[in-house]
Amino acid sequence: MSNAAVTAATSSRATAADKSALARLGEAFVGRLVILIPYLWLVFFFLVPFVIVFKISLSQTAIAIPPYTPVLGFGDGLAGFFAQLNELSIDNYTWLTQDALYVNAYVTSVIVAAISTVLTLLVGYPIAYGMARAPAMLRPTLLMLVILPFWTSFLIRVYAWIGILKPEGLLNQLLLATGVVSQPLIILNTYTAIFIGIVYSYLPFMVLPLYSSLEKMDYSLIEAAKDLGCPPTSAFWKITFPLSLPGVIAGCLLVFIPAVGEFVIPDLLGGSQTLMIGKTLWNEFFANRDWPVSSAVAVILLLLLIVPIMLFQRAQARAQEQDK
Amino acid sequence: MKSLGSIRRDFAPWNDPNAKPYIQFDKVTKKFGDFTAVNNLSLTIFEREFFALLGASGCGKSTLLRMLAGFEEPTAGRILLDGQDLRGIPPYRRPVNMMFQSYALFPHMTVENNIAFGLKQDGMPKPEIAARVGEMLKLVKLEQFAKRKPHQLSGGQRQRVALARSVAKRPKVLLLDEPLGALDKKLREETQFELMDLQQSLGLTFVVVTHDQEEAMTMADRIAIIDKGEVMQVATPAEVYEAPGSRFVAGFVGNVNMFEGKIAHGEAGAASIDAGNGITIRTEHAGDAATGAAVAFAIRPEKIRISSTRPAGAVNAIEGEVYDIAYLGDMTVYHVRLDDGQVVRASTMNAARITEDPLSWNDRAWVSFRPDAGVVLTR
Amino acid sequence: MNPTWSRFNITSIVLGFAFLYLPIVLLVVFSFNESKLVTVWGGFSTKWYVSLFHNQGLMDATWVTARVAVISATVATLLGTLAALTLTRYTRFKGRTLFSGMVFAPLVMPEVITGLSLLLLFVAVGLDRGFVTVTLAHITLTMCFVAVVVQSRLITFDRSLEEAAMDLGAPPVKTFFQITLPVIMPAIVSGWMLAFTLSLDDLVIASFTSGPGATTLPMKIYSQVRLGVTPEINAACTILIAVVAVGVIIASLANKRREVQRQRDEQAAQRG
Repeated sequence: MSNAAVTAATSSRATAADKSALARLGEAFVGRLVILIPYLWLVFFFLVPFVIVFKISLSQTAIAIPPYTPVLGFGDGLAGFFAQLNELSIDNYTWLTQDALYVNAYVTSVIVAAISTVLTLLVGYPIAYGMARAPAMLRPTLLMLVILPFWTSFLIRVYAWIGILKPEGLLNQLLLATGVVSQPLIILNTYTAIFIGIVYSYLPFMVLPLYSSLEKMDYSLIEAAKDLGCPPTSAFWKITFPLSLPGVIAGCLLVFIPAVGEFVIPDLLGGSQTLMIGKTLWNEFFANRDWPVSSAVAVILLLLLIVPIMLFQRAQARAQEQDK
Repeated sequence: MKSLGSIRRDFAPWNDPNAKPYIQFDKVTKKFGDFTAVNNLSLTIFEREFFALLGASGCGKSTLLRMLAGFEEPTAGRILLDGQDLRGIPPYRRPVNMMFQSYALFPHMTVENNIAFGLKQDGMPKPEIAARVGEMLKLVKLEQFAKRKPHQLSGGQRQRVALARSVAKRPKVLLLDEPLGALDKKLREETQFELMDLQQSLGLTFVVVTHDQEEAMTMADRIAIIDKGEVMQVATPAEVYEAPGSRFVAGFVGNVNMFEGKIAHGEAGAASIDAGNGITIRTEHAGDAATGAAVAFAIRPEKIRISSTRPAGAVNAIEGEVYDIAYLGDMTVYHVRLDDGQVVRASTMNAARITEDPLSWNDRAWVSFRPDAGVVLTR
Repeated sequence: MNPTWSRFNITSIVLGFAFLYLPIVLLVVFSFNESKLVTVWGGFSTKWYVSLFHNQGLMDATWVTARVAVISATVATLLGTLAALTLTRYTRFKGRTLFSGMVFAPLVMPEVITGLSLLLLFVAVGLDRGFVTVTLAHITLTMCFVAVVVQSRLITFDRSLEEAAMDLGAPPVKTFFQITLPVIMPAIVSGWMLAFTLSLDDLVIASFTSGPGATTLPMKIYSQVRLGVTPEINAACTILIAVVAVGVIIASLANKRREVQRQRDEQAAQRG
């Protein structure tokens, strides 16, 4: 609490007018704190780390603790700062562009994420649509059932698929037993497994925004369209779908952005044969202990995602405006 | 013409030059960005007055109320309460209380605690709070609902809790923002009279904001008609109705027939108006309009007689054709299209239960009125 | 009411929920498998649960995770609520765009980036990796989720309640604690629960920011999963699922009961 507020609270000699002025000063100070505390927290724990990542991505790898050099800082004054600037290098970035592994990893990640996003939309839309058309009594329960898996561990849900997808797993047992296939299908450790994993894990993120935009829609719009001679399928594409677009966009961004940098799914379901950038970063960091290169990988990944993230934020802000 | 006074015959401080104003808006302007909600407005309200701010939505009347409560500060000008400038005093230190349009009952508190909230803020001793809350509950007849939460009450009960809560602190002024807006018509009429009784018995100053002219007319001692952030007229309900100061006020309150024209021949207190197309209106109420001035002649429908022949000795009688008849139960409204195309409304009380209506659609008819039945408006 | 809850709608919901729940159900079922082969049914047994409780490493990790989750969820709820207030109540201040960016970005930011950057921060300021760093990292991530949950409640909050309180003589700070806070409390509670489970579930950020002695349960499970699927992990996962599911179901049932009671009260009030 500010001195002013404390004085106002304890001083019995202060006149009424003084008190109110001081109390108001105290309240203004509290208002400032409401902004400042979370603001400073996020600056220190979210923004500053990115600056550090960027800085280290320009350093050289070294066998040391921490395993990089130099550390850019103002410790040696401004002259020292400029001297250090000369030692910085973009070697790590050059390295990333020259090694086909990294380029491939980026391109594959974006493609895998894009395909998975489309698949999630295709799976999620009918579910969200069905929920929005469900009897009003049932809707809260259905909504809870969609959210519930989201509360259970991501890792566990991905792990559950290993037992299903592996060559001697439950899916193959079922397919072999029913005679659909004669040879076990190889799904685990392929991109197919990654698609399944992403669709499965991110489905609630797609269904929820879709549902909320579909549920808000006035059903009489469809009736009006039909009344004016529009057949049901055409009414869907001309009325329902355009009106659900904000939900489609929000859902797709919520799936696409984290999917590009996904680690757990490609690691557990994709195996060593598949290539995705989140896994590459992880290996670079934990296996090779190459902090500067993994920082450079992160910087490029961030640059890649900055446009979708800004789109996401714009969509959020717009939705908020509408709620008001 | 007789002066049109207040409903309470003995209460008219606005006519007393020595009366001390209680609330004063002094050249108040309020801007929100580029939008001017209140424009250089001055207004005086007296102690124990039931004052209504009447206007369409967005006219600035709610802003006036919120400035008085302290939720908004004027951009320019002063607001005085009992001689004290309110500038800079936050809402929680102002001796005024407000009843909100949404009632704003605290959903997590019982009825009692809602009513006690303001008293607790003042640090009133517990036994006194309990006594005052009991008194308030009795006042609004909700004794057996003390322990209920707001969502367990009907709309009318919520409205009464809101009222009890806002008068519990005995504020100098009670502000009411559309106090009856959320009630259905029947309940609204009952509550109007309850509010008037309450104001009388507590002896408080009430400032009510409403868009419902009937509500304002019923309850208020005086009405301020607000349009686009400016006061159009401040007067008693009867004055507003019978002697509107401008075309806007005449049209805003009640129904009116308006004839635009020029003063053809004017003398003290009487004039004839040339309304064009050969219509001349003789009136005993010309005010100070000079010959040749462009004026409007305004007359209420119930002051116009309708007949199938020209009434003998009528000073003002105009012929036309019955164009529409609306039977409303207590009265019948005729729309008569004059020969120049203008439509005149005339209403007749249905005093007898069964009457043979002599007029029907497309009949020729005469509309007539006395020379003192209408007013001449220059603004 | 719903002229078009067609067979197509019902089918897609049923298939969708089957897809969502079948893997989890299978995982739970096979945690009671007698056989060590996870995918071959060998009879009912609870032996894996027994062996779980003798696995000291797993128990230690559980304890660490629980502490991290409780502490980080609590701090995150505080910070997230402040952030939500800032976003809804202070519409004009310097750097508001940056602030809302910093609140929304972590929601979609790939965890590897958040994890790596936080680790590098901790190294730069010389903070030893361990319990404290994981907790700090989880606070940062989950406060943004709390902020979004609380913010959506604040947007629909009727500001005239606060005005009424001030009008009745309560200064702003008192108004906040007596009116605003109690009314938005349900949202704050669900924000806490969300933060708690997010912290409980996190693997990637914990892996980056944790150090020796502060291995969390997901890290432990992950390291064993990499070695292969075992019924013991199924059992551990089942317990985790059960804890979270029971919590969520109880919370939403309580919520629903309140809602039903409320509706009944309102109808009763309307009748007289």
